[in-house]
Amino acid sequence: MVGETIAKTAEELAKDQRQISVSEFFEKNRHLLGYDNATRALLTVIKELVDNSLDACEESRILPRIWIEVKANGTDRFRVMVKDNGPGMTDKQIPLALGKLLYGSKFFRLRQSRGTQGIGASGAILYSQLTTGKPTNIISSTGNGKSSYYEVMIDVKKNEPEVVSHQFINDGKVWHGMKVEMEIEGRFIESKQSVPEYIKQVAIANPYADIIFDGPNGKLEFSRSANEMPPLPKEIMPHPHGVELGILRRMLKSTKSRTIASFLTNDFSRVGSGTAKDICELAGIDPKISPQRLEIEDSEKLFKAMQKAKLVRPPTDCLSPLGEDLLIKGLKKEFNAEFYAAVTRPPEVYRGNPFQVEVAVAYGGELPQEGTAKIMRLTNRVPLLYQEGDCAITKSIAATDWRRYGLTQSGRSLPVGPAVVMVHLASVWVPYISESKQAIASYPVIIKEIKLALQEIGRRLYKHVAGKRRAEMQRKRREIFDRYLPEVANAVAKLTNKKPEPILNKLMNMIKKSTKAVVDGRGKEETKGSG
Amino acid sequence: MVEVKKRLKGLGEEVLKNIDLGKNPDIDIPVRSLSNVIYDEKTKQLTLGDKVSKRFLFNVAHAKPFMQTMLVASLCKELQEQGIHTSLRDLFYALKRTLPNSDENTFDEQRESDPIVVDLEVTLDLLREQLHLNADVRGRVVGNVVIKDRGDVIDWSRLGSGGWAIPSNVEELIFKKANAKYILVMEKNAAFERLHEDKFWQKQNCILVTTQGQAARGPRRLIQRLSTEFKLPVYVFTDADSYGWYIYSVIKYGSISLAHISERLGCPTAKFIGLTISDIDEFKLHDFTIKAKEVDIKRAHEMLRYDWFKHPAWQKELKLMVERKVKAELEALSGRGLKFMTEVYLPTKIKKKEFLP
Repeated sequence: MVGETIAKTAEELAKDQRQISVSEFFEKNRHLLGYDNATRALLTVIKELVDNSLDACEESRILPRIWIEVKANGTDRFRVMVKDNGPGMTDKQIPLALGKLLYGSKFFRLRQSRGTQGIGASGAILYSQLTTGKPTNIISSTGNGKSSYYEVMIDVKKNEPEVVSHQFINDGKVWHGMKVEMEIEGRFIESKQSVPEYIKQVAIANPYADIIFDGPNGKLEFSRSANEMPPLPKEIMPHPHGVELGILRRMLKSTKSRTIASFLTNDFSRVGSGTAKDICELAGIDPKISPQRLEIEDSEKLFKAMQKAKLVRPPTDCLSPLGEDLLIKGLKKEFNAEFYAAVTRPPEVYRGNPFQVEVAVAYGGELPQEGTAKIMRLTNRVPLLYQEGDCAITKSIAATDWRRYGLTQSGRSLPVGPAVVMVHLASVWVPYISESKQAIASYPVIIKEIKLALQEIGRRLYKHVAGKRRAEMQRKRREIFDRYLPEVANAVAKLTNKKPEPILNKLMNMIKKSTKAVVDGRGKEETKGSG
Repeated sequence: MVEVKKRLKGLGEEVLKNIDLGKNPDIDIPVRSLSNVIYDEKTKQLTLGDKVSKRFLFNVAHAKPFMQTMLVASLCKELQEQGIHTSLRDLFYALKRTLPNSDENTFDEQRESDPIVVDLEVTLDLLREQLHLNADVRGRVVGNVVIKDRGDVIDWSRLGSGGWAIPSNVEELIFKKANAKYILVMEKNAAFERLHEDKFWQKQNCILVTTQGQAARGPRRLIQRLSTEFKLPVYVFTDADSYGWYIYSVIKYGSISLAHISERLGCPTAKFIGLTISDIDEFKLHDFTIKAKEVDIKRAHEMLRYDWFKHPAWQKELKLMVERKVKAELEALSGRGLKFMTEVYLPTKIKKKEFLP
């Protein structure tokens, strides 16, 4: 090594280092967020915009009506528009809400909602800007007769909105809602992991929404089949067992509480002053110290103490499952089956986060007889289309013995038969295996809950299938007699020198009266006598 | 003849009565299985017990055999009315057809219709022959016997190399003359040919019968009639294995499946001449034996439990077979020379009266 010249000194290297903004990070790591290829990017853009629209409507208790338009503009470019009848946004809010990543109303609260990361819509805008260089157009009104029109881009370095154009439209039209329109690079397909499939599943998972999809290949309308929405979930503070160290540090920085003790009681659920004192003692921290002043090492000690503390489970009224009725209504809307059933499990908790599992099945009817059952995975009413094999839902379905419930299955694989299996996981914090939010991590308690729900639904399914088989058996038995009786009547007529018709009539009457009673014989001819 | 027609009609009327009453029609069929077969030590016959199985029309498992029984019965009535006979094979073909609007046949194979015929025999207590059904023609005979069959006089000693083919129905046969000291019955055609060519029946003054496998009704009835009408001893000659011995037992006592007519077919005085497993030692046949198969051994185990094989001599032979896992066919005797059977084995046995009961 001696004698070699060092190309760059440590000092020089340090100069090169600078903080990169979230937007820059996104630009470089867009695959993490679901923009890894053109097909998926188109789907992700629509998913983010639709998620926002549905969340906004539900929060304002408005029955959602969503218009989605995807029109080709050249071979690999699409103009995407999503419009809703939600509450709309105030003029000032618009550029911030959409033009800045990690800004959002949903980040530090814990409530079951579709988006949580503050990346969704702004990520889509960023993607549009990266691939086409064009701003995104937004029109919104809150119902006051005024509409705001924005053309927005994102300043990647500063992670700040860049308003290209802004004007009020005072046309006196009274409406509320929001319309987002952008141009992106993408690819449109119509298969399993496609935009139409996604929208169809959204319609099933949100049966109280009207959805109109005007795509490159024509228009699809999904009318609402229910007029009631699930109740609005309550917000809760995070449970100490459910926070990550990074989040705890951010909370420490941004809290309004003056002391660690009050931080613990105010910003978390299930922590009273006694417990707060215990936690501080365990961590060896002065409870009166200001959260902002806490040293990095101490925050780690605090984190560990919080994990160790014995606490009541988090409240579960923050969850809003669809409920068995809506689950079935959703399935009925899109699948013409002969049997439907749904199960909503009681809430459970993984690592301090409440969650709840729901399962619904449709069976028979016009569902395809061949091939594996259709699997639908939902988290907080959002369909998941990618990474099926890595998902706790898929794993739980494959680990369930469907042969006991009337479907076929080879080994530990997905069941085969005319069935749709829909699994919904509602949680304030869904443990996805990656930021693109397409697969649920396999926490044992989550797998257990899904399996219990599947088993219960399986038992109901089996009752139906068994009943159907019995009916089929009855029909076959009937057929047997219909076939044999004329022969018997003829033979008996010959033996007794009578006419066969009256004999046959009598036999046919007998079977009509008592197919069931008479046809239940099994197996061997009965024997009597002493032998 | 009138009686047969009446019974067939009666069967139909019984069914019709139930139909009129709205009751599930049934037929009572005596059970023909080991569980309902009784071995009578005194008469040395297998007879049917009083176990009866009910065959219902309205029962998924019974419906088809019920229909088949009715079809066979009505065809038998036709045979009676027209005064004609037919074979079991013909009966099967006459009744086999595809049921309307289905791909199901009334009968698929003769194996299905044959047992239905026997069901009908036991149910109506009638013989197959009385129903105008002929069994398969199997079995031949030679000897110094003159008979009259349908008006023809036939001399069994003047029929060349073939001998007389035994018909399935020998009831109407008249024996005009019989000059013999005993009847030798063998399971195999080949042995029959050998003995016939060697003029064994002339030299020994006996009647030779081959059953060509399991004995059909015609030969069994013929053997019984000859032995009772002329008081002739009957010696049975089969392979040394469980199946050969069972053929002997059927000739002597009757069979499980036809236990209802043992009285007319059984020949209780019959004796077993050979082959036995002991013969292998006595006549030095070791080089000509065959290894017994799994099924042979299994059958031997079953027969060890049959009441009519409880005689110590038979228990010994069956056990020997099971132990040594060996069997011998009649042809094994030819291993000792082509004329060993006719010149040494059989004369020795008959002279020494070495028979198994």
